Amino acid sequence: MKRRNVALSLGIIALLSASAVAYQASLIPASRLIQAEELAKILQSPKAEKPLMLQVGSHVLFTQAHIPGSEYVGAGSSESGLQQLRKRVEGLPRNKFLVLYCGCCPWIRCPNVEPADRALQAMGFSRVKVLYIPGNFGHDWLDKGYPVAKGD
Amino acid sequence: MPHSRKLLVPFVAVALVLGVYWLAHRSARSSPGTGRGAAAPDFSLPQLNGEPLTLSAFRGKVVLLDFWATWCAPCREETPHLVDLQNKYGSRGLQIIGVSMDDGPEPVRDFYRDLKMNYPVVMGNAKTGELYGGVLGLPIAFLIGKDGRIHSKHIGETNIAIFEKEVVELLGE
Repeated sequence: MKRRNVALSLGIIALLSASAVAYQASLIPASRLIQAEELAKILQSPKAEKPLMLQVGSHVLFTQAHIPGSEYVGAGSSESGLQQLRKRVEGLPRNKFLVLYCGCCPWIRCPNVEPADRALQAMGFSRVKVLYIPGNFGHDWLDKGYPVAKGD
Repeated sequence: MPHSRKLLVPFVAVALVLGVYWLAHRSARSSPGTGRGAAAPDFSLPQLNGEPLTLSAFRGKVVLLDFWATWCAPCREETPHLVDLQNKYGSRGLQIIGVSMDDGPEPVRDFYRDLKMNYPVVMGNAKTGELYGGVLGLPIAFLIGKDGRIHSKHIGETNIAIFEKEVVELLGE
């Protein structure tokens, strides 16, 4: 009986952990999200301040298509990716306008944007936005006609 | 400059800009054709053991080509169902082929071993993604008939019952 209770508790903990991982992008406050249309307008406007855009997902996907001017810095779900991200931004002023994006998977299943956002918050960056991509980059950016570039 | 030529300059400039934009957009998404009935674009890619796998070598089988990655949660959840599907229909002519879009093979090898995967996995790349119309989100799966033609494309997590229904149909059972 005792063993069954322990097994049940472990099962519940595993389930809760899995849910937390699965939905972690949803933890990013709405105030830190930027919609595709808004970002596209900023990029098109000659007067608007241009953010440093960092793709924190897959390099293979980045090579196929990415937002022009953005940089690949490694997957936010891996420690090595987060290290690359920290290294890329460490010398920047903490009020630098930064945009993170991924688009590898549906938003609620994306493993990359939330850890990357958290890392930048921990470093003290005050103007971080995360591009809200509900489905994936192909459907929600490229297919909507927003600009893309290829390669590294 | 004559008046007519003056008028022409902005038109040419706009046409050039639109042309460049169209080319850039087209190259990121277009492919020789991945719609229903199109011949599945052939490729030869390294498997996890380094041996090359050529898609056209599976002509005569029903192929489920699954673009996935170890970091993709829906892909991870689909894998045990695909293993079951391969077990159930492998002897009747189904061949599942995984195309990993991971940046390197190490996590794929671990995952393959841990989930006891029973179908070949190759390491994909941007070129393979482009061949299949741009793999800009995972998972994406293609069902290919025995004649090597694309039967359907499934974007995102797909209920295994949908795959099974189509597999049975393509096997002619």
